[in-house]
Amino acid sequence: MRSQARLAALLLLPAAIAVFGVVLYPAARALIISFYDVDSPFAGRYPFVGLRNYTDILGDSRIWTAAGHTLYFTVVSTAAELLFGLALALLLAAPLRLRWLFRAVVILPWALPTIVTGAMWRLILNAEYGVANALLTQLGLQDGYRSWLGTDPFLALNMVVVADVWKNTSLVAFFLLAGLHTIPRELYEVARVDGAGPIRSFFRITVPLLMPTIAVVLVLRTIEAFKVFDIVYVMTGGGPASGTQTITFFTYLQAFSSQRFSYGAALAYLTVLAILMLALLYLRLLRQNQLRGLS
Amino acid sequence: MSTAGLSRRSLLRLSATAGAGLVLAGCDVGGKASSGNEGSGEGKITALFMQQAGYSEADIRAMTADFAKANPKITVEPTFVAYEALHDKIVAAAAAGTYDVVLIDVIWPAEFGSKHIVTDVTANFPASWKSDMLGGALATASYQDKYFGVPWILDTKYFFYNTDMLTRAGVEPSSLSTWDGVLTAAQALKDKKIVDFPLIWSWKQAEALICDYTQLLGAFGGKFLSDDGKSVAFDTGGGLQALEFMKHTLDAGLSNKNSLESLEEDVRKVFSGGQAAMALNWTYMFNSANDPANSKIAGKVGVTTTPNGPAGGPGVNGSMALCVSSGSKNQKAAWTYVSYLTSADVQNKYAKSSLPCWSKSYDDAQVLATSPQMVPVAKKELANLIARPQVPKYNEISQVLQTEVQKALLGSKTPKQALADAANQARSLI
Repeated sequence: MRSQARLAALLLLPAAIAVFGVVLYPAARALIISFYDVDSPFAGRYPFVGLRNYTDILGDSRIWTAAGHTLYFTVVSTAAELLFGLALALLLAAPLRLRWLFRAVVILPWALPTIVTGAMWRLILNAEYGVANALLTQLGLQDGYRSWLGTDPFLALNMVVVADVWKNTSLVAFFLLAGLHTIPRELYEVARVDGAGPIRSFFRITVPLLMPTIAVVLVLRTIEAFKVFDIVYVMTGGGPASGTQTITFFTYLQAFSSQRFSYGAALAYLTVLAILMLALLYLRLLRQNQLRGLS
Repeated sequence: MSTAGLSRRSLLRLSATAGAGLVLAGCDVGGKASSGNEGSGEGKITALFMQQAGYSEADIRAMTADFAKANPKITVEPTFVAYEALHDKIVAAAAAGTYDVVLIDVIWPAEFGSKHIVTDVTANFPASWKSDMLGGALATASYQDKYFGVPWILDTKYFFYNTDMLTRAGVEPSSLSTWDGVLTAAQALKDKKIVDFPLIWSWKQAEALICDYTQLLGAFGGKFLSDDGKSVAFDTGGGLQALEFMKHTLDAGLSNKNSLESLEEDVRKVFSGGQAAMALNWTYMFNSANDPANSKIAGKVGVTTTPNGPAGGPGVNGSMALCVSSGSKNQKAAWTYVSYLTSADVQNKYAKSSLPCWSKSYDDAQVLATSPQMVPVAKKELANLIARPQVPKYNEISQVLQTEVQKALLGSKTPKQALADAANQARSLI
């Protein structure tokens, strides 16, 4: 038994070292750094400042503005993805011919790297030579070319939402499609026999039985959306007038462009804390939901 | 399976102990001072360049191939990134010493020098270089009387115009010698419906915006910092007038509103596509806008020194320098490579892409022949450059200024309020 345990430990060691090296150590180091004033990329002695970085963050108006953008982005993009994702999932679940082809095509946006999605949307929305302006103008839906990402901060933020929704709706749809497949066909047949129409069976059967899947999707998408960085970096660089600056983007600017590594680390930890609270909240809702489902 | 629980617990304990040890050890390592002469002077080195204005990637690869022929014992591996990613990549790679040679912008010697990210090469910097290079170039790599690199790309923003459009509007190119003249010309171009928006600028929330702002600030006699360098001064006088001028050109419909989402490359595309009559840009636009493969206006490109304001017409110093990184294990070889790329011979050979840093090059027939229109203009403007603040926290000041200037341009604040807010935030960063 003893040698078996040693063997197990030995076999686990590489994985443990890897996890330690790329997750635990950097996370611990970042936490320590957040209590110092580290202003260069080199190891060395830096002044200990206690909680000052954290208190500075709470007093920095730029962060509250960025937090507002992040919150807006998270709520709107998650809600839109859920709505469109559900519609798409119902469509994909329908017994259509060439269903396999539709499913393959729908997954494409999600399969693209976010950087590519961002670059693509930046080109589509380019004010001078973008496809969006050409299409909308030629269809007569818009008179003249307009700026999408440059002159109206709120419009630019919404365009980043559009790009994110375009990308992630397919992921949501596939989660929900899997959820739809777990609902027994018989329930719908029974409902039909009892005289329930499609709308009634959607709200009485599909939605309640899909709830656990919806909850999982919500947790995943909210947390992902809260961390949004790459699509902002590529599409707008945080502009115009910092109108699309999100928390993670601001953290990046502080840490690397301004070399305020400690401030960045503290900001990152506060972001993690916010995400953790969100996750706990969701998990609690999920558990209540499941209990209700059982009873 | 009690053994599994045991081993898991002991493993956890093991990693926690090791973790604490490493974290503590990590905090104690002192930054090493670097002499700038490490390494054998042979072997492999890596270099980080940008892929934008100045020398093209093809130019740099060709220079490097020539270097390899002359120095068979050194192999160089160049990497190229967008300008917007250059600073952060240098910072992120510094501790690991990933790159032996890095290209830095004129606004970074204070930051990189004071934080020892690049080496102090003052001792290796020959006196003859100091006398033979142009002043604006030398300023690119120096901070507090020390040299942290060798000037390589000497650049400033010139004023480009579409000769065909000007002729059709009946505007004399000589009238573009002042910003007032530019406004009059722009109005004429607009009134005669020759182009919807005569002016295009690089006013995206990025350093490019500050470059244009700096040049205008200089023209209106403004200053970034007070004379003692201890306070900010851009929120009054010429600094304020410059921003008011920018806003006015937008309000009057003379500047394309899409300037607010444009970088230099976007300016080049709009100008080369014949959708603007006038623009500020770096040297490289002259050749690319005259290249029929990339431009609809080839052969119709005029260039002149930046227009004058009430206080003259200094060009923004947008030069760049090559540095030996302090994390490099092969600094000797890196210095050999830097010396080669910055030499007058190499710079003269590639003068078409970027004008040399050496004074004598401007009388060199070979250099003149590469760009007979550009070289005389450059010779004049390069003698009169204005610098952005040389302070270690420049980047953060710039971010603050970018946001506030854009707020004024978008109309959510008055120029006066925007600059006052920027000054308030910037004061603590000097």
